[in-house]
Amino acid sequence: MSAHVTPESAAPTTQQADTTQKASSPSTPRRPFNRHTVERKTLSIMRWAVIGFFLLITLLPFYYMVLLSLKPIESLLRNPASIIVTPTEFTLRAYEQVLAPVSAGGQGFGTFLLNSAFVAVSAVILSLLVAVPGAYAVARLPFFGHRQVNALFLAAYLFPAIVMAIPLFVLFTRLGLRGSLVGLVLVYIAQTVPVAIYMLRNYLETVPVSVEEAGLVDGLSRIGVLRRISLPLVLPSIMATGLFIFMIAWNEFLFALLFLVERRDSWTVSLGLSQLSGSAEIPTTVLMAGSVVLTLPILIVFFSTERLLTGGLTAGAEKG
Amino acid sequence: MSPTLLIVLAVVVLPLLWSVLIAFQQLRLLEIGTASPFRSLSLDNFERVFASGELWTSLGTTLVYTAGSVILSISLGLIAAMAVRKPFRGRTFVRAALLLPYVAPVVAVTFVWRTMLSPQFGIINEAGQSLFGWAQPIPFLSEAQRTLGAFGAEFPIPTALLTAIAFEGWRYFPFAFLFLMARLGALSAETEEAALVDGASPLQSFRYIVLPQLMPVIALLAILRTIWTFNEFDDIFLLTGGAAGTGVASVRVYEFLTVQRNVGAASAQSLVLSLVLILMLAIYMVLLRKRGERL
Repeated sequence: MSAHVTPESAAPTTQQADTTQKASSPSTPRRPFNRHTVERKTLSIMRWAVIGFFLLITLLPFYYMVLLSLKPIESLLRNPASIIVTPTEFTLRAYEQVLAPVSAGGQGFGTFLLNSAFVAVSAVILSLLVAVPGAYAVARLPFFGHRQVNALFLAAYLFPAIVMAIPLFVLFTRLGLRGSLVGLVLVYIAQTVPVAIYMLRNYLETVPVSVEEAGLVDGLSRIGVLRRISLPLVLPSIMATGLFIFMIAWNEFLFALLFLVERRDSWTVSLGLSQLSGSAEIPTTVLMAGSVVLTLPILIVFFSTERLLTGGLTAGAEKG
Repeated sequence: MSPTLLIVLAVVVLPLLWSVLIAFQQLRLLEIGTASPFRSLSLDNFERVFASGELWTSLGTTLVYTAGSVILSISLGLIAAMAVRKPFRGRTFVRAALLLPYVAPVVAVTFVWRTMLSPQFGIINEAGQSLFGWAQPIPFLSEAQRTLGAFGAEFPIPTALLTAIAFEGWRYFPFAFLFLMARLGALSAETEEAALVDGASPLQSFRYIVLPQLMPVIALLAILRTIWTFNEFDDIFLLTGGAAGTGVASVRVYEFLTVQRNVGAASAQSLVLSLVLILMLAIYMVLLRKRGERL
């Protein structure tokens, strides 16, 4: 009932506001440059300048990366100020060189890509296998120390990698796993499980308890409820978490450096690029092609799922 | 539950305790395959870490680096979030573009920055020389200090450290941008409309209506970014290798480990670093609580 009243009662108020404005306008002299107009005009111009500035600083480095990867090193050195690639200098040689195996005179990034893919995909699958039941337990099953465990997961995520690096380095050397991709996968699982549990818990808590109880009443077991009811409902969120893990594992540098640096055939793309970029013999353009190869998979993964990921990451922020 | 808890305990808590243990032991890199985890304990590593003046230099650098990066990235994120707040054509594209620096692999973006800033053929030095009339290319990443004359006085500025801070600001402003955008989207329009009716100018409305509502998110961002930047290793190591006045404490941990091959000292240094960080966060929390803000 009250909803009908509002528009009717609002109408006279607007009229009233109009008349007050009209009445007051002769008494105050017309000032075209009062504070409001000046601020509004300046801000609306500034806004476009600011957007332009941000687009420039974010896109320029990536444009430059692609640009250099498409021209021969000679034309870069001859004309370093050029910001376009002319049809005559356009070449894909850099990509051929960077991807070809070392035996064929290339830099072996093809192998590095396979290593990175193996490490990242294994980390995603294994982390999710651990994190999904764990998150479900934290979200649903009451047990002693429930809140503390949650804080522990967050603390583990926040904990600096450089502090964890030393004991893990010693441990994996003793186990004989340093230098192997399997060892690296284990480290990435350790690094991503806490944050995966933290993210998944938030998602799983959005599933209404009553839906699950209905499943229990109808004779499903706890595992059955998880598998048939809760998981299908949060499947997009699980995918988002998986992609987040993929990005962490693909981009990771410190542990790859500590664990794999002595064995070129098991380098990841990140490690390969950082190791080879110190060498003076490899042309910058070839390494730029390597950068594109390293960046592209991440951009594809991220932008195909951007909404999911950003929603999950900032879920807490919206509450204030 | 318990299997997951066990795994987390095994991969997080145990290594942490072990790290503390190693900090009190004499352990060289060559011995790590054979040495017993329960060797005799001593304070030698800490003496070693504290004895050289490098600890304080590196902690000072780390503090400047952290404060500069955190302030810069949050300010940039706030400006960007305010600029794209109202809908316009191509907003989705702009939003996506602004996330690029944060999403792209750190090794790739540091390499591009190093190339762009290269004194030999980098685009920035080329543009500086031809457009802004720089007399000489600036070695942004290898020069520790440069004197800048302005207003008749000369200021020494740490070139490489400032470049590293600029990089951090660039790489992490999208993180602040994302959080602030989310918060801005959830603000109710009514308060701002009321302020407009009451005659608040756009800047006043930002200062007194919008900003106070963003403060809790900004405080959270400041904490998260401080934690992550204070121990940041990848970015500095890949940009400058810790040279030219950018030797932050985490790079020193790495040097203890790989150059001096002294695992014990590396562990001690990382422990000192963690304790400083925890102390800083505790002070920050107390200050926040005093001001009556809740996280």
